[in-house]
Amino acid sequence: MMQTRSKKNAWLAFLAVLAFLALIFVLDQIIKPTDRLGMLLIVLQKGAVYALAAVSMNLLNGYTGLFSLGHAGFMLLGAYTYAIFTIPDKSRDAVYQYYDAAVRFSIPEQLSRHMGGFGTALGILIALILAGAVAALLAWLIGLPVLRLKSDYLAIATLGFAEIIRALFQWSKLGPITNGSNLLKNFARASKFKLEIAGAKLSLSTFVPVLIATVSITLIVLIVNSTYGRAFKAIRDDEIAAEAMGINLAKHKMIAFVTSSFFAGVSGATLAMVLSIAQANNFKSAMTYEILLMVVLGGIGSITGSVIGSFLFVAASEWWLRGLDSGKFLGIEAPNIFRNGFRLVVFSVIIMIVVLFFRQGIMGEKELPDLFRKKKKTPAKEAES
Amino acid sequence: MLKIENLHVSYGGIRALRGISMEVPEGKIVTLIGANGAGKSTTLRTISGLVKADSGSITYDGQELLGQPIYKILEKGIAMVPEGRRVFTNLTVLENLKIGAYLRNDKAQIEKDLDWVYDLFPRLKERSWQAGGTLSGGEQQMLAVARALMCKPKLIMMDEPSLGLAPLVVKDIFEIIRQINAQGVTVLLIEQNANMALKIADFAYVLETGSIGLSGTGRELLVNEDVKKAYLGS
Repeated sequence: MMQTRSKKNAWLAFLAVLAFLALIFVLDQIIKPTDRLGMLLIVLQKGAVYALAAVSMNLLNGYTGLFSLGHAGFMLLGAYTYAIFTIPDKSRDAVYQYYDAAVRFSIPEQLSRHMGGFGTALGILIALILAGAVAALLAWLIGLPVLRLKSDYLAIATLGFAEIIRALFQWSKLGPITNGSNLLKNFARASKFKLEIAGAKLSLSTFVPVLIATVSITLIVLIVNSTYGRAFKAIRDDEIAAEAMGINLAKHKMIAFVTSSFFAGVSGATLAMVLSIAQANNFKSAMTYEILLMVVLGGIGSITGSVIGSFLFVAASEWWLRGLDSGKFLGIEAPNIFRNGFRLVVFSVIIMIVVLFFRQGIMGEKELPDLFRKKKKTPAKEAES
Repeated sequence: MLKIENLHVSYGGIRALRGISMEVPEGKIVTLIGANGAGKSTTLRTISGLVKADSGSITYDGQELLGQPIYKILEKGIAMVPEGRRVFTNLTVLENLKIGAYLRNDKAQIEKDLDWVYDLFPRLKERSWQAGGTLSGGEQQMLAVARALMCKPKLIMMDEPSLGLAPLVVKDIFEIIRQINAQGVTVLLIEQNANMALKIADFAYVLETGSIGLSGTGRELLVNEDVKKAYLGS
């Protein structure tokens, strides 16, 4: 009976995700980026990217209990890999204006020559997976020495790694590959994604990033619910007991670290896709802290919590509180107070309040479906007794 | 089935075990008693592979265990209930039990063993969806034992299962140890509660600061004057 119920829940979740994707697709058609509601699209795009980044961080920090702060570094690797391999050949020289580009190979372009529009989509998918793979490979190399460290030491080591990566990508000697401290642009970006059916052009610029995030988060959910996920949680709860149960600590920590970094790489690539540029300077440790904040706000150890936390964070900082910077907010005009930077003050206060009142984050360790389940269960129990 | 010979172990500069030898015959309950710091837990942890030995040998059915990784030792059928229970507090009871069967792949048999364990501990079945950390001390101890049983051991080693439990609960735990043993699982029990341990043990060793002092059947030691004075408090 238990199994049929969990099967039913899985179907319900699947249908809910499909409905959500359909809604995004429709929104993508009816809202133009220049509309008043255009901000909604940006929030959805960025929110999806950060949701993926937060969930992948949660897999490591929340589920496996490894406190790592190298997320921005892995996202940078993903963003650059994706950008470098999708810049069209004819824009290559314009982008690398000070250097002689070393990589002259655009995966989507090469494939589109043989397969047309489908080839472009496939090429972008391959570039995304490659972005994740590069981040994962680096994670494996870094993980060999670093994963022996515990808690704060691990955090410091990974933070250092991320900063080194950022410095390395800005180094002029690597310019032919990374374009030095200049930004990468003109690669396959979300604002250009269109679907042409019978002459009608359908915009996909919000749908594609959301789809990437949805598929990736679904994969992470499957991992968390598998035997591996159970082993991760066991390691988090009690390393010694987990070891006594025959769980290979080094192996499982590495799996968690590499998987988390893979999806961090994918989220970095999607971020580049959404922002239309990739620049090492954007991937500072402040970005890691922002993502950590989303994880903590949502609830460490809750995937839906991370998603909700990310969307709220992005919506508040990019949209709802914008007026606080520009002199007018909720109909109140106060240019003396509401100027640049005030938004961040208010935002920090809100975060402090949230953290004070929701010690465990918004969701704690629960998932969204748990909340519905509990409501149904309580009256049934009362009836019993 | 388990034979320890002249085992030396040191821990951060301290020689915890100084050449102990003991034997655990198949199907019996053997207990190791001794004061705090005598090296009881070290002995268990060395057998299970969590601690490296300096010298000596531990053989199981004639095979050397020293130097083997933990999972190999578990696969041979030696499971441990660690000191202080150490259940996974944020995992449900069911998840805890499934972690116990982590090294096994035979899904059908695992389901059967789950039923078997739930029969032994009906209380755990009632609470299978509850987080391990919300159980009472006695229930957590039962969960720790049940978790170890889920890897279908031939030998189960328990490190102070009565620690911090109410006398009535301790009685329950010892009754369960007897039941498990009656079902053919060999038990190596470490206890400070010498009285209870000696009563159910077929054979007992007394560990004194790293070496075996006395040994004999449980009944012999129960009436031994030295043991009485030092461990039974009468």
